[in-house]
Parts: sequence; C-alpha cells; structure tokens
Amino acid sequence: MNNTVKRPLNGGVEDDDEDEADGADLEAWERTYAEDRSWESLQEDESGLLRPIDTTAIHHAQYRRRLRALASTAATARIQKGLIRYLYIVVDLSKAASETDLKPSRMAVIGRQVEAFIREFFDQNPLSHIGLVTIKDGIAHCLTELGGSPESHIKALMGKLECSGDASLQNALELVLGYLNQIPSYGHREVLILYSALSTCDPGDLMETIQKCKKSKIRCSVIGLAAEMFICKHLSQETGGTYSVALDESHLKELVLEHAPPPPAIAEYATANLIKMGFPQRAAESAVAICTCHEEARTGGGYTCPRCKVRVCELPTECRICGLTLISSPHLARSYHHLFPIVPFDEVSQTSQNGSSHNFSSDCFGCQQSLLSQGNKPGLSVTCPKCKQQFCLDCDIYIHESLHNCPGCESFRHSNSVTTAQ
Amino acid sequence: MPSAPSKLYSDDVSLLVVTLDTNPFFWSTFSFPFSEFLSHVLAFLNSILLLSQLNQVVVIATGCNSCTYLYDSSSDKNHGSTTGSMPSLYSDLLHNLEVFLAGDQQLAKPRVNAAGGGAPPPSLLSGSLSMALCYIQRAFRSGPIHPQPRILCLQGSADGPEQYVAIMNSIFSAQHSTVPIDSCYIGSNNSAFLQQASYITGGIYYRPPHLDGLFQYFSTVFATDLHSRAFLRLPKSVGVDFRASCFCHKQTIDMGYVCSVCLSIFCEHHDKCSTCGSVFGQAQSNVPSSTDRKRKA
Repeated sequence: MNNTVKRPLNGGVEDDDEDEADGADLEAWERTYAEDRSWESLQEDESGLLRPIDTTAIHHAQYRRRLRALASTAATARIQKGLIRYLYIVVDLSKAASETDLKPSRMAVIGRQVEAFIREFFDQNPLSHIGLVTIKDGIAHCLTELGGSPESHIKALMGKLECSGDASLQNALELVLGYLNQIPSYGHREVLILYSALSTCDPGDLMETIQKCKKSKIRCSVIGLAAEMFICKHLSQETGGTYSVALDESHLKELVLEHAPPPPAIAEYATANLIKMGFPQRAAESAVAICTCHEEARTGGGYTCPRCKVRVCELPTECRICGLTLISSPHLARSYHHLFPIVPFDEVSQTSQNGSSHNFSSDCFGCQQSLLSQGNKPGLSVTCPKCKQQFCLDCDIYIHESLHNCPGCESFRHSNSVTTAQ
Repeated sequence: MPSAPSKLYSDDVSLLVVTLDTNPFFWSTFSFPFSEFLSHVLAFLNSILLLSQLNQVVVIATGCNSCTYLYDSSSDKNHGSTTGSMPSLYSDLLHNLEVFLAGDQQLAKPRVNAAGGGAPPPSLLSGSLSMALCYIQRAFRSGPIHPQPRILCLQGSADGPEQYVAIMNSIFSAQHSTVPIDSCYIGSNNSAFLQQASYITGGIYYRPPHLDGLFQYFSTVFATDLHSRAFLRLPKSVGVDFRASCFCHKQTIDMGYVCSVCLSIFCEHHDKCSTCGSVFGQAQSNVPSSTDRKRKA
C-alpha cells in the first residue's frame, strides 16, 4: 500500500490519477475545499441523516440521455458518415491562454485535452489526418502538417506550449484554407479552433475569409474558453460547424471529445469516390530490408507495398514511391462500428419486473454480476430489445461506449442470422 | 503480511478467461476426441489455480448456437457442491457443460431442419469474446488492485465470416483496455481472426503440431502470466495475414478500391457503392442532370 502513495512523489507527474497527484502537494482538508465540492455530494435520507449520493444512477441517467440524443440524430440523418477526415486543430496561444481560471492555466489544460483528443481521434478515425496550427503574436504558425501519426503531433505541441501576443482568427483560417484546398475531394475538411482570446486582431476583412471557408466546404467548429463571441458563432453557423463555450475543465473535455466520432457526411461537402488502396502483408519477423520512411536497413516487422514492393514501417501511410494509400484491414474494421451502431437498451422498470418475475434473471448476462440490490430486491438493469437479455448498468455503458457488440445477440445463432439478413 | 498479497497482485496474479469451443460439428469430424481434449484443459486449469492462491479462472463455452459461463473459480456457488469424490472444478464444470451441450443441441434442431444440412455452422466466438470482455470489465471496476486479466481462446472450428465485424469490435475493445487475447487453435488451417486478435492485443497465437502433448503446450506457452512473459522466448508470430477480402466476390485481395463513404472494399471499379448507395465521382445528393450524363458518356 505504501508503494502506491509514494509513487507520485518520485516523479510520476504525468500520472493522471488526480487524487494521487493532488495528494502529493495538498493536504486532505485543503483538497476538500479547493477541488471537490464535497458538500454537493451529500444528500439527506429518510431519517434525516446525511449520506453520500448514490452517483451510479445519476451517471447512468446522464449517459442514457447522451445515448438517446445520439440515437435520435442517427435516426434522422443518413447512415453515411464522413469517415475520411482532414482536420486542422487551431490552438490559440495568445496571452489570453495564460489566464489561470482553469488550473494551472488555460494553455496547460488545452495541451492535455488536445493530447487526449488526438489519441481518441486516431482510435476512432484510423484513416484520417490531423494537422496542428498555433496562433501567437497575431500570426498563425503551422506546427505539424497533415499526418496520421498521433505521437509526432503530441510531441510537437508539447514542445511549443508557450503563449504571447494577440490572437488572429483570420490569419489562422487563411493558413488552414491554403492547406485544406490541396486535399482530395473525397476527404472531409474540418477545422477545430480552441479559442481563449476575447478578440481577434486581423490584417483584413474576416467576413471575406469566412465566405472563402464556406466556399471551400470547410467545416469550422470553435470551442471557446472565455465567453461567447459573435464572430465565432457566425463562423460556425456559416460553415456548418458547432460553437460551444466550456464552463470548466470537465466540460471542455466533453466538448473536445465530441469532435472525435465522425460527423454525418454532408452531401455537398465531399464527393463519394472509390479510392485505390493497397493491403500490404506483414513480412516475417527476421527479414532485413531498407525502409523508405527512415531510409535505413531494419530487421523485421515491415510491410511491403503490393504495387512497387518497397518496404514501409508503419500503416496507414502513403507509399513514398508510387503514392498508393497503404492500409491494413483492421484499420477499416475499426470504423465499421460507426456504420452498424448497436441499439440503445431499454430500461427495466421496477414494476414490470414484479409483474413478470419469471423472465427476470438475477445475474447480468455480460459479467455475471448479481442484479439484485440489497435485500434481494431487483436493482436497476437494462435489457436489449433484440435478444431480451438483461445487463447491469456498468455493462450497458461498456457495451455502448467501447465494445459495440451486444453479447446477448452475438451468442445466439437465431438473432445473429437476423442481423446479417438486414 | 497484509502487504504481500497487494504486491503479488501487481505482478503475477492472473484472471484467466478461457473460451472453450464446444461445436459438435467440429468435434464429430475431428481426429482428436473432445473428452481427451477436455482432460488436458482441466489439468491445465487446475495447474493455473495451483500456481497462486489468488489466481482466478473463468470458463465460457463457445457453442454453435449459444454461449454460456461454465465455471467461475471466484463464485461461492461452486464450493457448496463439492461432494468429496471430485473437486469442484471438475464436477461443476462437467455438470454445466452437459447442461449447456444439451441446451445447445435443442437450439440446433429447428435450424438443422430448416437449413437441411450444408456447411457446418461456425462457433459463436464473437459472443464468448464479448462475454469475456464484460467479465473482465467487472474485474477492472472492482478497485485499483485487481488480478491481471487475459483471455485464452481454445478454438477448433473455422472462422465464421459473418462474425467479422463483431469479432473485430471485441478485439479493439480488448486492445483499448490492454487485455491480451491468447489463442490456441487446433484446427487444420490457421484462423485469420485469432491471428489478428492475438497480434493486435499482444497475445500469443499458437497452433500445436501434436495434440497428444496438448497439456505440455498449454503449460509452457499459455500458463505464463503477463509479468513473466517478458523473460521468456514464447512462440513468435509467423506473419499475419492482413489482407482484406472484397465485398463483391469475397476474394482476398492485396490491392483494391475502397468507398470513401462507408469503407466497403471492392476488387474492381464500380459506379455505385452496393453497401451505402453512394454514386461515385459526384456530389452525393445531386441527381445528375441529363446534360451532365451526356457529357460523361
């Protein structure tokens, strides 16, 4: 036990476990008032005693609301999604980003959230590309060009986290416009702006630039860290993006991660196209070859371009020699769950359980956890509308947010054949 | 003394979830009898439990019509039924297996009558993998100190192509929560699904060449916990087939066309995507005007 407490002191600064990291420099009583609003998590029970709120039900209710919102938009929109995205993240590093209303500073918080976002983005959109742009001293600066490697972006951003001067929305948009105009027509062009400043200091007419973005079909979304600004709202409305202002760090995180799943494909934004792609095979572990990405001899673990037979180290990439897009089939499969989402589960109401107790199972079908709360009363549970199996709330969240399979439907042949027939 | 178990937990206490292929269509045509296979597996599971008192074993049956939990070493229900003549692992597991096989057969009957034979149905690997992952999430939820989970797929029947998306979803979810999927495949040809599963999640894929010594393979390859794997030379992958199969002819291809909207794979150029209905080479919503069409023709 001692081990775990000491670890953060030894330099585990990056350890994101908040209560551990905070414990290192704040005493418990200080922490209680500075960070957690501990009085808000108390409630009175029937006998007038204070007890901690049962947060699982609340969490789950929030999650279900989110899920329903997603399901309703999915039902109205066509199932087509913009799966091949070219996204520029514009980070405002003007002097407004050094404000300390978010701890330790807006800049540090943005850095952390962008890092999390980049990882999540590539997890969900393996065929997409991200580029980073920073605004500083009224000038927009391209930090990384469009690329598919999360590590290189994160490294570049972390090395450049210092702020000064004013922000210029126009300069940033003009720069991004120049890059995004070169990408192929089937790609979805997007800009995500994390804007700390309350003003923009531009060399020309910003409205013209916004019209240019609209014409180039670039979807611009803005997340503000200070207060709502008309120009940001105008920009996102004109270009079909979203505009939101973060209330606090957790809200900011939520807003940023909303941009990770692919947006619905807007018909006139990108043309559908067939893209020629290669599926290279992984070479045996002992083979030696010179790769084109690092230009040096490497042993094992390379992929061979099926068209020109050169060696590359990583997928997905573009062949340096013949320009063929090289991917592996798992990259494609990673995106399929966006196209075949699983239906939200129905909540099992307490009354219906009492009425039809014969088909109420006492264990969660997924994890075998007992669904009975204390006193052998049935607790909260959900049921899949297709296979009628019951799941606990934790499994419900896991199934919808990470697994994307219903264990019940997958483990019965008859329902399986129905889904494939659809 | 109380600090010792928590240290053990961080290193080499394992939660092993085994998915056991019970597909009767496979075992009836296979040269190696299921009963013998089962005796190797039971000995292996016992040896896992013997390695550490804190180790935990869960067995899930992968049938061809349903999947179910067969045995959970942490559950209290097991210990009540120990009769003295047989340890609980054997009696419970064998009892549950019999019940499951009978139920699975019941489910199979209407299907066989309807289909009238044909190719033997593949096992529902996607279902048992999903259940295993749900179970493992429960272990993660149990607190900061939990045994190291891993999945071992004991599979014999061939891959079911219709499960592709579901199995890939399970694999990515396992990768996301760093759960390695080991696979011991005893069928005649390599299983591309399990090869990919083990490669992506960092587990071991192995196809034992001699089934008589199955226990030996189990204990030397799959009994090692995650901590000690770093010190051992375990079988390396001989190359993984990452090629895709096209949606139109189900052929394996190394170069092809991919729809930019739904990422369907085709082996030749089409004018319209058969999956999502997008028309290629123009804006999706625009109905092509007659002049446009003439110019193209």
